Amino acid sequence: MIARVGIPSSLFYYVHFPMWQTFFSELGIEVVTSGQTTKGLLDEGVKEALADACVPIKLFFGHVIALKDKVDYLFIPRVVCLNRKTIYCPKFLGLPDMIRHGLSGIPPIIDVQMDNREGWASLWRSYLKIGRIFGKGKMKILMAYLKAWAVAKRFQSLLLAGMHPPEAMAVLKEGGRVQPRHDHKGGLVFAVLGYPYEVHDQFISVGLVKKLKKMGVSVITMENLSPKKIARANILEKKMFWTFSDLALNAAYYLFREGKVDGIIHLTAFGCGPDSMVDKLMELASKEYPEIPYMSVTIDEHTGDAGVSTRLEAFLDMVKRKKEAQQGTCPR
Amino acid sequence: MPKVTFPRMGESWRTFKMLMNDLGNEVVVPPRPNKRTLDYGVRYAPEFACLPLKILMGTYVETCLEGAELIVTSGGSGPCRAGLYGQLHKKILNSIGFPVDIIVFEAPKNHPIDFLRKVNRLNASRLSYRAIWECIKRGWEKLKYLDDVEKLTHVVRPRELEKGATTRVYRRVLEWIDIAYTMSEIKEAGEAALQAIRSVPQDAERKVLKVGIVGEIYVLLEPASNLEIEETLGILGVEVHRSMFLTGWTQDNTVKETSETLSVKDAAAPYIPLCIGGHGQESVGHTVLYAKEGYDGVIQLAPFTCIPEIVARTILNRVSRVHNIPVLTFFLDEQTGKAGMTTRLEAFVDLMRRKKSQAGALHARPEVV
Ligand code: SF4
Ligand code: SF4
Repeated sequence: MIARVGIPSSLFYYVHFPMWQTFFSELGIEVVTSGQTTKGLLDEGVKEALADACVPIKLFFGHVIALKDKVDYLFIPRVVCLNRKTIYCPKFLGLPDMIRHGLSGIPPIIDVQMDNREGWASLWRSYLKIGRIFGKGKMKILMAYLKAWAVAKRFQSLLLAGMHPPEAMAVLKEGGRVQPRHDHKGGLVFAVLGYPYEVHDQFISVGLVKKLKKMGVSVITMENLSPKKIARANILEKKMFWTFSDLALNAAYYLFREGKVDGIIHLTAFGCGPDSMVDKLMELASKEYPEIPYMSVTIDEHTGDAGVSTRLEAFLDMVKRKKEAQQGTCPR
Repeated sequence: MPKVTFPRMGESWRTFKMLMNDLGNEVVVPPRPNKRTLDYGVRYAPEFACLPLKILMGTYVETCLEGAELIVTSGGSGPCRAGLYGQLHKKILNSIGFPVDIIVFEAPKNHPIDFLRKVNRLNASRLSYRAIWECIKRGWEKLKYLDDVEKLTHVVRPRELEKGATTRVYRRVLEWIDIAYTMSEIKEAGEAALQAIRSVPQDAERKVLKVGIVGEIYVLLEPASNLEIEETLGILGVEVHRSMFLTGWTQDNTVKETSETLSVKDAAAPYIPLCIGGHGQESVGHTVLYAKEGYDGVIQLAPFTCIPEIVARTILNRVSRVHNIPVLTFFLDEQTGKAGMTTRLEAFVDLMRRKKSQAGALHARPEVV
């Protein structure tokens, strides 16, 4: 029988799913996901998770509940560090433990640790361990790992070419050609900064990115920017410890400085610890660049569609007015 | 020389004041966190910041209004928000018009050079390293006595004959320790203080419950931030054992891992095998140890939105079931009220009493038969 591994479609999903899926399928293991977030799924998570947890963690609980009876294993690796510098939010570090001890009726969890501060081959060793769980040979695991690595690289390059993770995943899946993007055609460009599992989750973000696109605004997210490039824009004496927070903040500093966007929206989740700092630092930075409007949108499990739309429209109006005023004063 | 201030954590300010004075600095003593502190904190700190950040924000504003120009604080070794507080506080203070600077001390074992450089910056009287070391040793002694005396009040208070007597004596003896300066004075004052607390009239027969307190370091160490929960528990007839004291913590982080911490890690390992930042792992480990030592319950104190403690709480559900020990959690924010907390504590104490008497009845039966 083919083993079935469940990967919840949340948190790391938007960053590592293509790689993980390739790795497992190359080993002949079936991958099952929990699919897009729905209201029911979120409600389940809210019921089971600690009331004081942040929305994304509650949502993750929901995704796990949706998967747990359909699979033989749950894949929730303990991702500590992947860039040799920054680690992940404490909730990620304790994620497998929270699921194991916070929910009942959970299948075995594959919680292999991934921490590349332990040496250059440590990531490979983590994947080797995962492969061994299924009794695969070293050679086969290595081939799967290399293939997965290649997919991760391609995914990365699609993102840097301006695609958002869900689009890039679709392209990887269907093959097909990629038409070059970046043609913002003189329209407005907004940056929507925030953690991938908020920004790209249609449901929890109340379709914020889609809404903007409908209003004719092009959207760039932090995945579209090269981490190395934006890291240089950071002006803090002591950088953020957490990978996603560091990226979001770097992106903000970079975009404010370069002035390539017409507006910056910070999407943040209610109850998020790191974001209380990230948001304040972004706000302080925005004061130094009054020419780029900045807005912060907090989402929680009750966020209504209408409220977000109204705020987006108001923000867009403000940006447009500002633009016109600027152009008006331009000596032509 | 700039006027120096520092965060307030319980009574430790008495030591830091002495140390800063010794180095030749003028000190603005941080006031005990109060309503005004919180108001400032809420006004200037980010809305969803954790309580310690808000209280410290407020404290800094208060001390800046009194002329403080340099804030000395520690970075915290855990990869948690506390490690970044310093620069955020500085940015906010500067943005509201206080030109203060902040010196953030990192753990000396990881950044020895940086540590010495910062010490030098504070060393206004140009003391030799040897003299500084003497000052630190005296400070350490004072800190230890402050901790020991506080620990003793936790044992004496639930047994006191007259309600409030322990607290009254405690307030008085703190001043003795405060004015002691030389090594021998500190020892003398400390011993006298311990003796005075011990002599509070007590009921030796009284059946007291024992509760362990775990959680995030700031709300554990600053009674004003946890609405004096230990005092309230003492008055309800509960002896508390707090899992963290400044002398214990600094030791772990500066000198070496004590054997106690190691076993805390071991105890936590089946539930949470790695340090997740803050004190989440310790909270789990200490709870397991308290259960093994036969405590009647555990109380977890955590700031609202505290990341590691939320992870710990999720796991403590299981620990509580497996080890059969009740765990009560308070997520504290600026709206937490004392009346509400006392009601919940009373209910918790009732629950522990019932559990204990049931267990007692079960044990007693075979002997009767
Ligand atoms: S970074 Fe924020 S939203 Fe993400 S898991 Fe941590 S606390 Fe939750
Ligand atoms: S441990 Fe909790 S209270 Fe301390 S900085 Fe981290 S989130 Fe804030």
